[in-house]
Formats: sequence, structure tokens, C-alpha cells
Amino acid sequence: MKVARHLLALGSGLLFAFGLGLGGMTQPTKIVGFLDVGGDWDPSLALVMAGGIVVLFVAHRVARRMGRPLLAPAFPVLARSGVDARLVGGAALFGVGWALAGFCPGPALVSLGGGVHQTLFFVPAMLSGMAIVRLLDARRRAPVADETGAPAPSAV
Amino acid sequence: MVHFTPWASLAGGLALGLAAALLWLCNGRVAGVSGIAAGLLWPEEGDESWRACFVGGLVLGGVALAFRWHGATIDALPRSAGALVVGGLCVGVGSRLANGCTSGHGLCGLARLSPRSFAAVLSFMATGAVTVWAIRSLAGGAL
Repeated sequence: MKVARHLLALGSGLLFAFGLGLGGMTQPTKIVGFLDVGGDWDPSLALVMAGGIVVLFVAHRVARRMGRPLLAPAFPVLARSGVDARLVGGAALFGVGWALAGFCPGPALVSLGGGVHQTLFFVPAMLSGMAIVRLLDARRRAPVADETGAPAPSAV
Repeated sequence: MVHFTPWASLAGGLALGLAAALLWLCNGRVAGVSGIAAGLLWPEEGDESWRACFVGGLVLGGVALAFRWHGATIDALPRSAGALVVGGLCVGVGSRLANGCTSGHGLCGLARLSPRSFAAVLSFMATGAVTVWAIRSLAGGAL
């Protein structure tokens, strides 16, 4: 079961990387083209999102009928409500960094494998940023439900 | 619109959706890359090594993309090391404050119609667009 879960995670990561590459997400010039709504706008990434969302929308309905995952004991309960300053402000900061470098976390890791030397600056900085929040949270925050279904930041 | 790639992008999106759907339906895990990567920094649970497998898949996939298409699907922007470091810090801090990034909120969260994810996506798209505009108008597109 554990080996199957690990192989599945590896396969999912490989397919995810392929999807990012095919969709144009590993081309920061296309990311900037998508965000450049006032200039020479490239709507491609809206189609990446649309394609992914359609499949996942169906998958969530399938999951409800399944009751539990094929290889794990239970589906985690994910937060839906609770739009707060931390969420909106964090996402705002994320958007600035995304546009500044042209990378978000997935494509940055794929481009690291692809030998893009810029990721040698971006990825360590990104991991440091994550570590900073983890350290601050461990000091003062109550646990918050995680989008990934992982334990809350203070308990990761 | 010269660079618009509707079919490749739609196909790429379907592949992303399939990858994330497999992880959810089989392992019961959300394919949120920032959360998966962050969980690797402080592994505590017994079964956390799946995160290394997923991240390993992403990196190996990048190796395969670079070989298969000779870098045609991977490029970079004219950015200094400083801009990349600041961008990386913003992405790292921001994704953890928001508990998700373009994959966790933008794909998985929107697909389950989560109000939190709608708010996050609107927020990062807005500041991303303003930042691109600022870089183009104030710095001529390079930093």
C-alpha cells in the first residue's frame, strides 16, 4: 500500500510536469504574457486552468461516491470558508513574486530539472520563504487547515 | 495574440487535472505543489516520503522535457539574480500564508468551488497583473 502510494505520487509528479510543459507553464514569457492584460495578452494559461479544473471537478464528484481513496484510509477534510487577511495578503504577495520571476512553485521545480540556471536562485529563496513562515507560525499561530490536506503549518 | 497556444494549453491542463485527480482519488492528497514542497522541509509524519516522490517526479519530468523538446517548452525571463531571489521569497512566504499556490488554489481549490481559493486566485492574479504592468512601464520589461 505504501509502495503503491509512493509510486503513484511519483507518476503523478511526472504527469504533472508533462502537463506544465505542454501547457506552457514552464515558459515564464507565457506567464507574463497571460498577466499582461493591458499589453500583448496571451490567454493560453486560462485554457490550462480550464482543462485542469474540468477534470478535477469530475474527480471530486467521483471521490464523493467512492467514500475513501483507493490507496489510503480516508479523504482529508479541507477548509472552504474563512477568507481572511492572511489568505488574501499571502496570495497578493505570491502574485507579486510570480510576476517578478515568472515562476510559481511547480514550474520552478520542473525548470530546475530542465537545467534553467535561474531556478538556482529562485528555488532556494522560495524554500527559505516557506521556512520563514513555518518558523513564525510555530511561535504564535493556532493551526490552520492546509490546502494540501497536510497538517497545519505549526504541526507539519 | 501571436503566441496564443489554445490546444497545447488545453491539453496540458487536462494532463495536470489528470495528475492531480490521480493523487486525490488514489492517495487522498491534494496536488498543491507549495504545500507538498513545504511539507518536505519539516517531515514529521511517518508517511511523508510520498512528498519526495511527487517532487522527484516534477524534477525528473523537467529533465525529460529538456531532453525531449531540447528546451523548447522551457524558457526564462530577463531577470537579475536579485529579482529572482526577491520573487522566490515572495512566492515562498505568500504561498504558505495563503496555504496554497497556483496548483492548490488555482486548480484543485477552484475545482471544488472553494470560496477561499476564489479569493486567493483573484488576489494573486490582480497583483501579478499590476506587477507585470509596472515592470513593463517602469523598467522596460527587464529587471
